[in-house]
Amino acid sequence: MAQTYSGPGVFKRIRDDYFSTRLNTVVTLGFAAFVIWVVWSLFGWGIQQAIWSPADKDHCGHGSGGACWAVIAARWRLIFFGLFPFEEQWRSGIACAAIVLTGGLSCVPWFWSARRLSALWIIGFAVFYCLMRGGFFGLTLVSEQNWGGLSLTIFIFASVTLIGMPLAIVFALLRQSRLPWIARTMGVVIDTIRSLPLLSILFTFAIVIPFVLPGWMIGDKLYRVIVGYALFFACYQAEIIRGGIQSLPAGQDEAAMALGMSYWNRISYIILPQAFRNALPATINQLVITFKETSLVVIIGFFEILASGNAAYGNAEWNFAHVEVYCFVGLIYFTFVFALSRYGAYLERRMAVVER
Amino acid sequence: MLALLKQKSYRDRTLQTLFVGGLAVMLVIFVMTARTNLEAQGMTSGFDFLERATGWGVSFSLIDFSTSDSYLKVIWVGLLNSLFLGVISMSFATIIGIAIGIMRVSGNKMAELIGTIYVEVFRNLPLLLQAFFWYAILTTLPKPRDAYDIGGIAFLSGRGVYLPGLNVSGLSVFLSAIGLVIAFAVWLNLTTSRRFAKMMPKEKTARARSIWLAWGFAACVVMAMGRIPDTPLLNLPYLKGLNFREGIRVSPELLTCIVAISIYGGAYIGEIVRAGFNAVSNGQKEAGFALGLTPWQIFTRIRLPLAIRAVMPMLINQYVWLFKATTIGIAVGFVDFFMVISTSINQSGQTLELIAILMGGFLCINYTMAFALNRVNDAIKLKGTQARG
Repeated sequence: MAQTYSGPGVFKRIRDDYFSTRLNTVVTLGFAAFVIWVVWSLFGWGIQQAIWSPADKDHCGHGSGGACWAVIAARWRLIFFGLFPFEEQWRSGIACAAIVLTGGLSCVPWFWSARRLSALWIIGFAVFYCLMRGGFFGLTLVSEQNWGGLSLTIFIFASVTLIGMPLAIVFALLRQSRLPWIARTMGVVIDTIRSLPLLSILFTFAIVIPFVLPGWMIGDKLYRVIVGYALFFACYQAEIIRGGIQSLPAGQDEAAMALGMSYWNRISYIILPQAFRNALPATINQLVITFKETSLVVIIGFFEILASGNAAYGNAEWNFAHVEVYCFVGLIYFTFVFALSRYGAYLERRMAVVER
Repeated sequence: MLALLKQKSYRDRTLQTLFVGGLAVMLVIFVMTARTNLEAQGMTSGFDFLERATGWGVSFSLIDFSTSDSYLKVIWVGLLNSLFLGVISMSFATIIGIAIGIMRVSGNKMAELIGTIYVEVFRNLPLLLQAFFWYAILTTLPKPRDAYDIGGIAFLSGRGVYLPGLNVSGLSVFLSAIGLVIAFAVWLNLTTSRRFAKMMPKEKTARARSIWLAWGFAACVVMAMGRIPDTPLLNLPYLKGLNFREGIRVSPELLTCIVAISIYGGAYIGEIVRAGFNAVSNGQKEAGFALGLTPWQIFTRIRLPLAIRAVMPMLINQYVWLFKATTIGIAVGFVDFFMVISTSINQSGQTLELIAILMGGFLCINYTMAFALNRVNDAIKLKGTQARG
């Protein structure tokens, strides 16, 4: 029977990876001690000595030395749903689940065409919006001022992406335009917006736009901020798409031209599908950053999940429990962002295989 | 008319005119509406208000500031604070990033594990959340009376961190910092310029050493001249009554911004540094071994310089980005450029002018920074194909 070589044995591998030289041994032992210490203290604080039920909350605080997860048990509804009316919070929950489901479905290869993907997202978003706002089928109307917590974060993220993505394509095409004045003007606009901090853009849209727009165009502050954020997102995403377009061999466009395809046909059937494929890892990265930076709307005065976290410990009853609340909110952010970035890494590997 | 539209050059010209003209018309409409709106509210536009006294103070300033100083000065204070915060946090972020990057390529699985966990945790949480977290931690540290004592010279308390300082004037500290920048520029010039390329390595080292010695000497002289008379040189904080006296107080707000931006930026820079090391081809390392260099020499003389050069453009983007991140100061109450502008807007009502200053300021700083860093990149970038790809 033919023997297959299965690589070095376990002990050999451990020795190579951790104890190959004297220095390596010292480093390994030092770091291992550090890891054990961190894990042990976190275990002691977060699990062993922690207080879980709101009934024991009198033991919380400075005495016990453990985490006080009771605050989460008592205030999780505030963190997730903000000021949404208490009896209607199931709607907010289902709406969030709908968007998460939409996000999950868009990872399925069957949906990977512009038409299906946009149809999926428009439906998902419409479901979200109708559930949140209500006002029909006996659902009470909940205006945007009362939205908050995770659903507001998701609403801002989803609408920024939905408005920003088509805008980004337009921006990228304008910047790549054969007409010099259009390309140059668009370049100046994109570069200017890119060199400003997001916070200043949001701030401008929240407080300056009412000054410079005629009354009927002003709209609600939330929508102004979303439009501003979408513009900011579009400028970054346009550069990513432009990178994708530029990495295509010129022969692609030329061949399409030789076949007599019109500009729109070339763009929508030849250039953009390939450009998006090339730009996919950077796009996912941009989505990750966009999701994280929705937290900045707290500063403009919106009640998204970070603000509702602040509110959860911001009363006399729970004012010591800030670490626990931030850990919980951080965990929610981490779940979304980590899943998205892992998916991006998976796509990158998958594409690398295809190319080989 | 239709015949004209079929002519390509005419169509192109029309399209361009429409596009640029449309944007211009939009701008004009904005300005006109703004003017009528402002007139309706009885506000005067223009930059005259910059001369007015503010009437409010700032909690942190690198230069002397009082409530009777002008808006122009308070904006300058904010700008300086932002730059100060930016420089400090970028330096710490670079140090953390290089350490994490090296851990992730060290070949020791334990170090790699810690580096990976660090990057994944801190890169996947919003910067603002981290800032709130650190702010909550730093402001709930014990009162000064029970402050954590670090070797009797530094103290950690809920009212800030107290560090030992030097009894010298601010001007001399500033001058020595400028001297450091000059020394760095001269050293960069020495190591990269063509005139020195043929110099023996020993001589090069000697020159570099003399540059740093000269800077050290100059800094000592400047410090000695700027020394505040009749005080001990070292200025240690000590507890008196309910609070600390002397020393340098780093407020929780400033410290929060520094810690949050350094840790967050460190995770990103760590990834960039790792990418840089991966870009250095294995042949470089093997050639080093073949020449009989020690692992340490291979690391410091071959891999690190090549890696840093390979990722310089990415690092530049990251630094520009990190500077923009200093605007989170407003979330915890650190008086940075953005916060000064937003407070000025509340106090003076000159919204449009102040927003214009804000945007102008950020554009200037970012373009200057990108320009300067790109010059550094041009000076040190690889002139061959030592890096893969």
